[in-house]
Amino acid sequence: MKQVIIDPTDERVPLRRMLAARSGTIAGRVALLDIAKPRGDVLIDRLAEHLQDRLPGVEINRYRKPTFTKPAPDELRRRIAEESDFVIEALAD
Amino acid sequence: MADVSTNYLPAFELGDSSNGIARAFPCARAVLLCFVKEDCPTCGLTMGLIEAAHISFGALVEVWAIGQDAEGNAKLVERHRLTAPMLDDSALKVSFAYGLDTVPTIILADSRGAEIRRFAGFGRDDWREMFAELARLSGADSPSIDWKSYPESRPGCGSKSVEPGIAERLDAEARGDKLTARRIELGDAEDVFEFMFERGLTDGLPVVPPTPERVMWMLTGTRRDPRDVVATVPPNLAPVTVEKVAVNAVMAGCRPEYLPVVIAALEAVCTDEFNIHGVMATTWGATPVIVVSGPIRHRLGMNMGMMALGYGTRSNATIGRALKLVIRNVGGARPGEIERSTLGAIGKFTTCFAEWEERSPWEPLHVERGFKKEESVVTAFGLEAGSRQIADQTSRTARALVGSLGLGLEACWHPKQHGSGEILLIISPEHADTIARDKWNKAQVRARIQEVTSRPIRELLQDDDCGEGITLKALGMTNPTEEQLAQKIPKFRRPENINIIVAGGDAGKFSAVFAGWVSGPMGSSSVSRRIEEAI
Repeated sequence: MKQVIIDPTDERVPLRRMLAARSGTIAGRVALLDIAKPRGDVLIDRLAEHLQDRLPGVEINRYRKPTFTKPAPDELRRRIAEESDFVIEALAD
Repeated sequence: MADVSTNYLPAFELGDSSNGIARAFPCARAVLLCFVKEDCPTCGLTMGLIEAAHISFGALVEVWAIGQDAEGNAKLVERHRLTAPMLDDSALKVSFAYGLDTVPTIILADSRGAEIRRFAGFGRDDWREMFAELARLSGADSPSIDWKSYPESRPGCGSKSVEPGIAERLDAEARGDKLTARRIELGDAEDVFEFMFERGLTDGLPVVPPTPERVMWMLTGTRRDPRDVVATVPPNLAPVTVEKVAVNAVMAGCRPEYLPVVIAALEAVCTDEFNIHGVMATTWGATPVIVVSGPIRHRLGMNMGMMALGYGTRSNATIGRALKLVIRNVGGARPGEIERSTLGAIGKFTTCFAEWEERSPWEPLHVERGFKKEESVVTAFGLEAGSRQIADQTSRTARALVGSLGLGLEACWHPKQHGSGEILLIISPEHADTIARDKWNKAQVRARIQEVTSRPIRELLQDDDCGEGITLKALGMTNPTEEQLAQKIPKFRRPENINIIVAGGDAGKFSAVFAGWVSGPMGSSSVSRRIEEAI
């Protein structure tokens, strides 16, 4: 006899996204996002220094989540998307 | 006078023993419906009377035997040389629709389907009255029956339509249009338990397969429409319907009456204040800790006494498990993916219990939080996924005991972490008695805990002997004076962060604590929701 069960999941198929094309150069605006974990700022500071040394033409913008415990607020995500060509997120502890 | 309130019997169409189709209702004539099954001795006793009714009144009243299994029907016809039509209800749909508990059940209805007379089992007087009624309706003479050869009464047998498993299937079929979730059909050779494991649908223990019958049964526990959206579940921000909650509640092993608690708990955790996303995602081992308050505790047989925080009680175990399965299966929080606890803890399977309100010297948790005593309420706390016990077998005053428990709380998070957020302190009955003897209220308990846990800043700073602790930067200090370093910080940011309930066995001078996680607006705050029961 055929057995039938009811699907316990949300039944959604995850969207597959392609990686953006790699141009081989870094130019434009780079977002550095601190998720507000302890010492995340230390890592981000060092990253900013190195990037500035190696890629003086790049514009670096700093962002910070209000708390690491919750997803970034919509407004913050919108600003980062509008103002950046690259994003680096620091998950430090 | 027209009876406008008449309820007509359900219409049906059944094949008969001579390949004909019998249809009701309405019919051309009145109908005697005789539900029988072959392996029931009382049905056997009845067959001769059914045949006699057919012979005497059959020209003017339809007399139908309705049998509950195809093979048995043929045997009954042969054994009793039945000439009355034998209708095949082996699908049991008509028996179910007519609400039968027992066979034989004999129903006389007029041509529109209005019920005139019904009885179940065998009653000699019932049959005599039925024959008299048939004679009156048809104008034909009653047959001569040797009533003395019949017993006065015999109980019937259970209708096949109420046999375990069959009743649930019939109910699901009758109401099948209520379920809208995707159905997964398994191959003949597939083991459903293994299938659920392979598809990553379990928490690591076997789950009850959520068949349509079981899901329909679960939905009887709520008055809400199965399509109602209960909440949007992080991390995938997926809308969860009542039906999906019911599916996962089946898998967890819940009974239908537990479903409203699972729904209320889900509403509580899927709020911004509770922040289930963070509670699940944190590398700390946190989980929703569910406390049930109010009269529903007794109706669900919840454990609030011996072993309240342990195992062995179905409602405690499965309500917490159902909540976690919804968050996993609908919300998408799975270990190793978005759920990323470094070590985890066994309480991540399920953590749900009730407060022993009747044994507490204080008002119950939900009353303290603004609900009425007679309301049933669920409170969700985002805490460590396991309790830790604090022993004190010798304190005999409230001051000594609460001071002692306070010192036990120093270990929450880390002894040098002070200014912390919510915890849940579960005071055992014996400890509660000691505190009650001195008539201490909860505010006094909280104040004493803050008093005994307060430490000078100097002792809480990170140093070479213990790298964990607070920093001057976090305190906004650069070059503190000795006086500033002597300032004391209590363990908890605010006394109200110390949530207190009473639970546990009558014997044992041990209390317990669930330590917290990041507490307050930057993390998780406890949330209470009223439980909407179906009764």
